[in-house]
Amino acid sequence: MSEILIGLFSISAIAALLALLLEVADRFFADYGEKHIVINDDKDLLIKAGRPLLFTLAEEKIYIPSACGGKGTCGLCKVKIAQGGGPVLPTETPYLNLEELADNIRLSCQVKVKADVQLEIDEELFNIQEFTVAVDKVEPLTPDIKYIGFKILSPEDGITFKAGQYMQLEAPPYKLSKESEFRAYSIATSPFEKNTIGFMITRVKEGVVSNYVHDYLDIGDTATLRGPFGEFCLRESDREMLMIATGSGLAPIYSMIQKIYREGAKRKITLFFGDRKPFDLIYHEELKEFEQSIGDFTYIPTLSRTTDKDNWSGEKGRVTDLIKKYIPDNPEIDVYICGAPAMVSSCEELLLQKGVPVERICYDKFM
Amino acid sequence: MANIEPTTLFFAAIFTNNILLTNFLGLCPFLSISKNVESAFGLGTAVVFVMACTTGLNHLLYYKILVPYDLVHFEYILFIIVIAAFVQLVEMIVERFFPPLYYVLGIFLPLITVNCAILGASLFMVIRDYTLVQSVIYGAGSGIGWLLAITAVGAIREKVQKANVVPKGLEGPGITLIITGILSLAFIAFSGMIQIQ
Repeated sequence: MSEILIGLFSISAIAALLALLLEVADRFFADYGEKHIVINDDKDLLIKAGRPLLFTLAEEKIYIPSACGGKGTCGLCKVKIAQGGGPVLPTETPYLNLEELADNIRLSCQVKVKADVQLEIDEELFNIQEFTVAVDKVEPLTPDIKYIGFKILSPEDGITFKAGQYMQLEAPPYKLSKESEFRAYSIATSPFEKNTIGFMITRVKEGVVSNYVHDYLDIGDTATLRGPFGEFCLRESDREMLMIATGSGLAPIYSMIQKIYREGAKRKITLFFGDRKPFDLIYHEELKEFEQSIGDFTYIPTLSRTTDKDNWSGEKGRVTDLIKKYIPDNPEIDVYICGAPAMVSSCEELLLQKGVPVERICYDKFM
Repeated sequence: MANIEPTTLFFAAIFTNNILLTNFLGLCPFLSISKNVESAFGLGTAVVFVMACTTGLNHLLYYKILVPYDLVHFEYILFIIVIAAFVQLVEMIVERFFPPLYYVLGIFLPLITVNCAILGASLFMVIRDYTLVQSVIYGAGSGIGWLLAITAVGAIREKVQKANVVPKGLEGPGITLIITGILSLAFIAFSGMIQIQ
C-alpha cells in the first residue's frame, strides 16, 4: 500500500514541479509587455503583446475575416503588415504568392505581436460588427441541413449586407470544444430584411459549430454573430445569369435571387441545383413556385443518386451534366457558383471551355 | 556495457544503429516533414538538440530518483513528461531570446514532443545500462543519425518530385516508405564496421 502511495506521490510531485516551472517560465519569458498597433496611419491601439494578431485585433473589436478560426488552414485572414511582423513563417508560405510576399501581406492568425506593428486594413472591415441575436426559427430542411433564423437584438438598427456575403457564428464552449469557436456561414435571407437573418447549416462530422447548432440551439436561445464578410456578391451588369449550387450552397444564391426579384429587376436567371436524393433538395417547393410566378426565372434541379423508387421525373446526373446539356458555346452570361470545392472547380473548367470569360465567373467554395 | 568507447558509440548510433532506419522510430514527423531538404534539416536539428538534452536529463532523474526509491516502473510516465516540459521550455526561451533561430527551428519544436524516437533513445539508454556520458553521446549520435536520414530522404523526395515519375497510387507516404526501406538496406551494409548492443 505505502509503495503505491509513494509512487503516486513522487510522480505527482515531479509533474507538479515541471508544471510550476513552465508556469513561471511562461510569466517570465513569454511576457512581451505592451505594444502599439497602428492601423492605416490613423488608429493607434495599445495592446498586451505576445498573442496572434488576429485574436489581439478581435479583442479590440476589429474583426479580420477568418473561416477556420485562426488555425492557419483557410488563408483568409490576410493583412498588410508594413512594419513589425517579423520574418514570414513556414506555416504562412502555402497561402501567399510571390506578389503578396513582396507586398508584405501576412496571415494575421500566424503573426504574433512582439513589437510595435504597423498595419494596413481595408476600411470596410471597420464596418464589421458583432451582433447579439436570438433564435426565432428552426426548420430541418433535409436530414443533414437545418435552417436557423435569428432575430437581431443588438445593435438596434439591424444589419446591412450584400447578398452573397457570409457571417461567422459562435459556438460557446460545450462538449466538443473547450473554447468558443467561430465558423463561417453564408446568409440565406435577403438584404431587405434588416432585423432578421437566416442560415442553412449542414451538419459536419465532428464539426464544433454545426453540431452545436443542430443539437443545442433552440428557439429563444441567444447567439453571437460577426460580419458581414466576403466578396461573393452580385456584379453590376444586365446579362443573363446562370446560378449553380449544390447542397447548402444554395444559401447565398437564394439570397441573391430574392434580392434581384424583390427589386423588380427584369433579369433572366437560370438556376442549376444539384444534390443526391429528392429529399436532399432544399427549398424545392419554394423554388418551383418562384419559377411559376416569375417568368424570367428557370429552375432546373438534378439528382445524382436517384433510383426508380424515388419517382423522379426531372434531370439526373450532376450539375456539370446540366452545363454540357443546356449551355451553348460562347454564351453571354454571368455565372455565380456556390458549393463544394471540387464541384466549383469542375464547373469553372467546363464554362471556360464553353467560352465564358473568366471574369464573369464568380464563386464561393466551401471550406 | 560500460566499456564502449565514446567515439564508437557515437558512430554506431549514427550509422549502424540508426534509430530511424534500423529501429524505424520517429516515423510520423519523418513522413510529413521530409518533403524538402530545408524543413527536413530544420526538424532534424531540433531533434538532435532535444535528444541529446533529454537523454542526459532522463538519465539523471532515472538514477537519482526512480532507482533509489524503487519507482522504475514509472519510467515511461517520467520520460514523457520530462520530454514534453523540456521541449516547451526550450521553445519559450528560443522564441524570446533567439528569434532568428526560432523561425528556422522553433516552429518544429512542438512537433517533436510526441516524436517516439526521443522517448526511444531514453528507453534504450536504460535497457543498455549506459552511463551519463554515454547516454548523452548516444542521444546526440541518434539525433544526428535521424537528421542524416530525414535530410537524405528529403533530398531524394525533392528529386523524385521534380522527375515526376511516381505512379499516382504511390504518391506521398507510399513512395517515401519504399525509399526509406531501400535506404535502410543501405545502412545495414554499415553494420560490419561496428556493433553495439
